[in-house]
Amino acid sequence: MKVLVPVKRVVDYNVKVRVKSDNTGVDIANVKMSMNPFDEIAVEEAVRLKEKGVVTEVIAVSCGVTQCQETLRTAMAIGADRAILVQTDDELQPLAVAKLLKALVDKEQPGLVILGKQAIDDDANQTGQMLAALADLPQATFASKVEVADGKATVTREVDGGLETISVTLPAIITTDLRLNEPRYVTLPNIMKAKKKQLDTVTPADLGVDAAPRLKTLKVSEPPKRGAGVKVADVAALVEKLRNEAKVI
Amino acid sequence: MTALVIAEHDNASLKAATLNTVTAAAACGGEVHVLVAGEGAAAVAQAASQVAGVAKVLHADGASLKNGLAENLAAQVLAIAGNYSHILFPATASGKNTAPRVAARLDVAQISDITKVDGADTFERPIYAGNAIATVQSLDATKVITVRTTGFDAAAATGGSAAVESLAAVADSGKSQFVGAELSKSERPELTAAKIIVSGGRALGSSEKFNEVMTPLADKLGAAIGASRAAVDAGYAPNDLQVGQTGKIVAPQLYIACGISGAIQHLAGMKDSKVIVAINKDEEAPIFSVADYGLVADLFVAVPELVKAL
Repeated sequence: MKVLVPVKRVVDYNVKVRVKSDNTGVDIANVKMSMNPFDEIAVEEAVRLKEKGVVTEVIAVSCGVTQCQETLRTAMAIGADRAILVQTDDELQPLAVAKLLKALVDKEQPGLVILGKQAIDDDANQTGQMLAALADLPQATFASKVEVADGKATVTREVDGGLETISVTLPAIITTDLRLNEPRYVTLPNIMKAKKKQLDTVTPADLGVDAAPRLKTLKVSEPPKRGAGVKVADVAALVEKLRNEAKVI
Repeated sequence: MTALVIAEHDNASLKAATLNTVTAAAACGGEVHVLVAGEGAAAVAQAASQVAGVAKVLHADGASLKNGLAENLAAQVLAIAGNYSHILFPATASGKNTAPRVAARLDVAQISDITKVDGADTFERPIYAGNAIATVQSLDATKVITVRTTGFDAAAATGGSAAVESLAAVADSGKSQFVGAELSKSERPELTAAKIIVSGGRALGSSEKFNEVMTPLADKLGAAIGASRAAVDAGYAPNDLQVGQTGKIVAPQLYIACGISGAIQHLAGMKDSKVIVAINKDEEAPIFSVADYGLVADLFVAVPELVKAL
């Protein structure tokens, strides 16, 4: 069974982004880019399934600019066997990415697609579910535990009140939550090995997908600033402020 | 122009997140209908019909809808989607799970986590963990939206008198099955609806200490308990208590952060709280940059002292 793992190149989670002064977007020139942390968890899960013998091949996919190759090399350093870049310089929104992935699912016929539940740049939380709908496959989102056996995946999901477990028939789409696993550190020998692995490039046109954006960003602005307040000397002063100034208790 | 709100419920009661979503739907400009999809959920449909501003309640009842499986719930929404210009889900685990399935089938973009309605096709939403606000315009005929409940006031739960119309429930997809749930039982207010939240971080050091220190404070204030991602990852608190970019987004009247350093992703989940208190022994901790009242102190001393002083 093959597993497809889509990965996104995003601004590193440690970078505090700044809104551009002309309000057209955030300034990502010269900032550190990394693999979306949820996608790293997805790659790790796929590689663990391969190590357990449940899966035979792990294929990493990224959609976007040429530099996404670096993200794909990282996925292969974690343990993905090969990679596909859907190369475009145009803006891609979740629906377009889901359509590109659907085309690849048709071609590669994976038993599972494992994706991060959301990307930390647009915080959309859409792509996995959209892919599931377009491919008419069941979905198990926000996974904190995955077991694959007998043509089914049993997935524990993080939901509002706690945890819930569902079982989905393969092929299926899984999206990862934070506590599914802790991704391994990539080692230098594995980085070197990853450089020799196969990386194919296709374009949205090759896949017959219209990837035009459907949402127009009119502007991007700074959120209202929250100023730092005051430091209080002790607990008594704190209680006094909460009672008489803020009047919240 | 009519908007459809997908009700959040547990087959027994209508959840508060629905009320905020009704307010967002009304702001889109047309009539507001509510879909209650569940099993044995007549009481929920009844409650939805009382919500101020709701013109009609559609009630689909059947075994396929009992556990809110995304495949079936999305199909139920799609069965009536053609009648609506806007389809709004609360940005809860269930809403986030289902909405994109509906959007993709309609071949429209989804607008996630909106915090403001600027017009029938223009919305504001936070990106980059709330470090920027994007104003986006949808070019699609149908707007599929998830609503960040902290961005909108709750509609009044009573005062309305909408008609309840029954719908046939969709057939089960046969591709997914509910196995079971482990839901935390608590007498405390729900995290996303609480007026006061006391939240603990990694500095608590263990699950025993977390309970020992945070519970009395929560009891005293009638507060919900939250936790930072670090505390949840370390196993000090269960996952459903996590406040942050990828956990729960909260905006209570009072948020008391104890031993939380204030990572960007945590601030993203609580910085819209009305009053923020931070108790931390590291005076350089970033949490102090958003706190209205900061107390530089050892939480193991300060929190019990606070409990006594309240």
